[in-house]
Amino acid sequence: MDPRLVTAIIVVVGVPAVLVGYIWLTEQALRLLGQRLRPRLRPWLWLAPALAFLAVFLVYPTIGTFVRSLQNKAGTDFAGLDNYAWFFGNDSSLIALRNSLIWLVVLTAITVGIGLLVALFVDRVRYETVAKSVIFVPLAISMVAASVIWTFMYDYRTPPDPQVGTLNALLGTAGIAPVAWVQVSDFAFNTILLVIVMAWMWTGFAMVILSAALKGINPELLEAARVDGATEAQVFRRITLPLLAPTIAVVTTTMIITALKAFDIVYVMTSGNFDTQVVAFQMIRQLYDFGNPGRASAIAVILLLAIIPVMAINIRRFRAQEAIR
Amino acid sequence: MATVTFDHVTKKYGEVVAVDDFTLQIQDGEFMVFVGPSGCGKTTSLRMIAGLEDITTGTLAIGDKVVNDIPPKDRDIAMVFQSYALYPHMSVFDNLAFGLKLRKVDKKEIDRRVKEAAETIQLTNLLQRKPKELSGGQRQRVALGRAIVREPAVFLMDEPLSNLDAKLRVQTRAEIARLHQRLKTTIVYVTHDQVEAMTMGQRIAVMSQAKLQQVGPPQELYDHPANKFVAGFIGSPSMNFLPVELSGSGETAVLRTDGLQIPLPSHYRSAVGAVTGGRFVIGIRPEHLDVAPLSGPSTTVQARADVVEYLGNEELLHVEIAGTDVVAVVSADRRVRPDDVLTVHLPLDKMHLFDAETELNLPRSAA
Repeated sequence: MDPRLVTAIIVVVGVPAVLVGYIWLTEQALRLLGQRLRPRLRPWLWLAPALAFLAVFLVYPTIGTFVRSLQNKAGTDFAGLDNYAWFFGNDSSLIALRNSLIWLVVLTAITVGIGLLVALFVDRVRYETVAKSVIFVPLAISMVAASVIWTFMYDYRTPPDPQVGTLNALLGTAGIAPVAWVQVSDFAFNTILLVIVMAWMWTGFAMVILSAALKGINPELLEAARVDGATEAQVFRRITLPLLAPTIAVVTTTMIITALKAFDIVYVMTSGNFDTQVVAFQMIRQLYDFGNPGRASAIAVILLLAIIPVMAINIRRFRAQEAIR
Repeated sequence: MATVTFDHVTKKYGEVVAVDDFTLQIQDGEFMVFVGPSGCGKTTSLRMIAGLEDITTGTLAIGDKVVNDIPPKDRDIAMVFQSYALYPHMSVFDNLAFGLKLRKVDKKEIDRRVKEAAETIQLTNLLQRKPKELSGGQRQRVALGRAIVREPAVFLMDEPLSNLDAKLRVQTRAEIARLHQRLKTTIVYVTHDQVEAMTMGQRIAVMSQAKLQQVGPPQELYDHPANKFVAGFIGSPSMNFLPVELSGSGETAVLRTDGLQIPLPSHYRSAVGAVTGGRFVIGIRPEHLDVAPLSGPSTTVQARADVVEYLGNEELLHVEIAGTDVVAVVSADRRVRPDDVLTVHLPLDKMHLFDAETELNLPRSAA
């Protein structure tokens, strides 16, 4: 038999069998224990496999990455905080850091802002489901495919070659000279163009989540506010928006995390040239192009630390929500 | 304080008519109740006063100002919603103060009015709570308070008691009535519960199938229902109806149905003459039937007790008369048992007679 088939069978049958066997064994072992100890021990025994997986695949690599970030390129010696000092001390990294910040702010602003706007508008039209589907579809496209699509959008050919890019074709019909869009690094213009690709994909996500939350608001609340003397703008600002706040927070954190993970779009559309590199991109480049796992690990740790406060706020908000539910 | 005037108001949703040619003048300071079964148009009418529904045709005026095109915020009305619609992210204080803040009332004045309203509805020690931390009854009071604090020209209440348990409902009913006596502000109150309507309203507008059926004080609706619908809707248990045919004329005219002949009361003699076809429906309230002789003119019928519902002070007797289940409310010391054969006394002076075709209550002549 093909050894790959054997492996597949072992995985499909073996893994559940091992888990069931584990549960059976622990239950047998629990019987030997006293009445008092049993209920205390049981949850931990049931949790143990999941905790073990977390330890092996999450905790251990995290610690490993942290340790590696303190070592030199070859991993032979500890180098203190040299890798961190390097990261914050060279222009390329600082531009990446700046770009990641732009990603974070612009992507979140566009997706949440436009997502909310669209959610409010589609709520009032008859063809709501169609409109929502159309806006949501880009999320189903892979990052690479989306990048390719937008490469055509921003495409630039050196004149006199004909312009096939959508934007330059449009400029051409208006008689304006073509622009090499993704090469314009003034005011991080090209980075913002890349962010727009991601925003195109994720606005639908924000819209769907916000639209669901919007429908969860009791319409009598809005009517009560109108009767109380509120204008439509006041109803939105003082009733709708505060009630949407928890959902906006969830979408915002999701978008912040997505922004910090941005890599594919940069890789496909500019390969990090023209000052469009982002932090995650620097990490990959250090690891594979420059063979420096120490520096790559340091960048990974920096990204992790950047995400922790966002997650902490998110979790705290979630708990606060649960408390008044 | 203000009057509310409906002048031939119609509301359509596409082809569906929700309120049909509604004309009604609500007096300044009046407690008006809109009552009717669900889907009769009462809530739609209330929401039109609030400005939450557009008016298809006709005019609606608050005071002497036509408000058809005036948004809710400029109508000087306050509304209590069925779901209470308290702002969940605001404390009780902020819920009460919201309308005043929007109107840019002075902060000290807001403080004073909110405290005063909180005292009226006994919520002073809950002002810092969020709606989620309140019981159903307390939320209901906050909703009332939010309306009171605004000191509007008209209060609108949309089934405000329907989410309370029976005991609390009776209590709050009295509170709202007391509130009205004190504030003397026009109240328009919507309910599907005729007991609420009868106990609270100075006048009641009974609606059914998008149409106003009758409007008047509770006593008038009870004594002189305009048609069969109002007769059956007002009063509990409901009025008994027996379809009958008229035969004979003059002194000897009788209303006849299976095994039952009722002499036509003289005060209906002129009215039945105007009805062609001779088919009528008799209406008698359960509390007007008895198993003992009545003081006024009456007739009797033999009937077997089917079900007896004992209520302590009285009994609800279900008896079968001419193939129809008829309910009689009698004193509990009659001690009727199921299957007892009874002599049921029907009062002729309190009997109503409806035209079977139009379902209108026939007018009585003085003679």
